[in-house]
Amino acid sequence: MSRHREGASASWEVFLRARRGLAHQHVGSVRAADPDTALALARDLYVRRGDPLSLWVVRSEAVHTASPDERDPYFAGAHHRPYRYPEHFAPLTASTGPTEKGADGAHVE
Amino acid sequence: MSAPTTVVSADRPVVSADAGATADRDELLAHFDAIVAEGGMIEPRDWMPDGYRRMLIRQIAQHAHSEIIGMQPEGAWLTRAPSLHRKSVLIAKVQDEAGHGLYLYSAAETLGVDRADLLDALHRGQQRASATFNHPALTWADTGTIAWLTDGAAVINQAPLCRTSYGPYARAMRRVCQEEAFHVRQGYDLMRALCEGTPAQKAMAQDAVDRWWLPAVALMFGPPDTEAGGTDARTAALGAAVSRRAMAWGIKRHTNDELRQRFVDQCVPQAERLGLTLPDPAIRWNEERGHYDFTPVGWDTYREALGDDTHWARQRTAHRRAAHEDGAWVREAAAAYAARENENENENVVEVAAENAAENAVVDARQREEEVS
Repeated sequence: MSRHREGASASWEVFLRARRGLAHQHVGSVRAADPDTALALARDLYVRRGDPLSLWVVRSEAVHTASPDERDPYFAGAHHRPYRYPEHFAPLTASTGPTEKGADGAHVE
Repeated sequence: MSAPTTVVSADRPVVSADAGATADRDELLAHFDAIVAEGGMIEPRDWMPDGYRRMLIRQIAQHAHSEIIGMQPEGAWLTRAPSLHRKSVLIAKVQDEAGHGLYLYSAAETLGVDRADLLDALHRGQQRASATFNHPALTWADTGTIAWLTDGAAVINQAPLCRTSYGPYARAMRRVCQEEAFHVRQGYDLMRALCEGTPAQKAMAQDAVDRWWLPAVALMFGPPDTEAGGTDARTAALGAAVSRRAMAWGIKRHTNDELRQRFVDQCVPQAERLGLTLPDPAIRWNEERGHYDFTPVGWDTYREALGDDTHWARQRTAHRRAAHEDGAWVREAAAAYAARENENENENVVEVAAENAAENAVVDARQREEEVS
C-alpha cells in the first residue's frame, strides 16, 4: 500500500453543494496530481447531471479524523447529562402540580 | 503506527497496532453483528471482520472492473452511430460507465486498498470483470440490446445494493442506480426504433437479442445458488454457502437465482411490447409460482465456453492494458506539472507580494494627487 509507483497521484476528497440551501456534502474521491486537475476530474465525475452550485476538493491526507471508537470521551453524546435535552423538562402544556420529573435540581436518569 | 506514504482515502480504515485480545475481538464482533442485524451501515473506520473486508474488496473491485471493461463493446460503436442524437446519447452512456467504475474504485479505497493495485490486478488477469462483456457487439442493435438487457439486469442487481451494509458501497450504488435508469430507457428506445423500422432493422434487433439474452440471464447474476437455478446439488450448495455468508453480512440482500427470476419476469412483457422473441422456448407464465418459467442455465457448457483464455476475454484485457500504457505520458505530464507548480509556489508568494506593493504605491500616489487637486 505504501510503495511509491509511477503515476500514483494524490487522493482528493470531493465535496459538492448539490443545490442552493444545502451544505457541501462529501461525495467521494478522485486521484490527481494538482488541485486544478482534481477539480476538473471531480466535475466530470460527480456533476454530470443536476444543477450543482459549488465543488470543493481537499487533499485526503489533509483530513484529520476522530471517531467514537478511538476517542470515547470525545463523543459521549451527553446521555448522562439529560438536562441538555428538552425532553428532560416538563412540556409547555403541563400545568402545576406533581410531575414525574425529579425535584428541582435533581438529575433523574 | 507509521502512516502510509500514499494516502488512499481520508475515510481510511483504522489499522490497530496488534490484533488485540480475544475478548476484545468478541466484543468488537458482537458490536459489528448488532449493527448489521438491525440493518445499520458499517463505515470505513469501524472494526470489521477480515472476511467481510475481503469479500467487499473482491466484490467492489469486480464490479468496478466490469463497469470499465463494459465500456468496450458499446464504445466500439461510438464512431458508427447512425445519427448525431444516438451518438450523443451513446457517448453520455459510455461516459457514465467510466464514472461508475470511478465511484466504485473510490469506495474500494475506503477499505484500505489502492485503485492502482486493483487495476494492476485486472491487467495481470488476477482479478476479473463480468464475463458478460467478453461477447462482441456485432451490430448497432447490440448497443441497444446491451443497454436494455444487461443494464436492465444490472439495475435489478444493484437496486438492493443501495441498501448494502457497507456505507461507501451503498452510497456509490445510489449514484449508479440513478444513472442506470437512463441507460435502460435509451436502450429500450433504441430497440423500439429498430422494431418500428424496416424488416431488416427488426431482424437486426432480433438477432442481437438472440445473442445477448443468455449472457444477460446467466452472467449478470452470477453462478446459481439454488438447485432450481439449474445446477447439481453440490454446485448449488457451494453457491448457496457464499450467498448465505454475503447475506448474513448484509452485503447481498437476495440470492442470485431470486434476482435472475425477477429479471426474466421484467423482460418478458417488455419483449412482448417490442414484438421481439426471447430465445428460450420454455418461457411460460406459471400461475402457481406467479413467475415466468424459463430454461435453467446450462452452467457446465457455459463455464467451458467462457474461460479466461477466450479470444474476447484476452481482447478486452489487452485493450484496457493498452489504454493504460498509452496514457502513461499524460500521467507523467500531470505529475511534472504538479511538481513544477509546487516549486514555483514560493517564488509566486514573493512575486505577488511585490506586485501588491507596487499596486499600493500607485494607488497611494493617485490618492495623494487627488487630495492635492
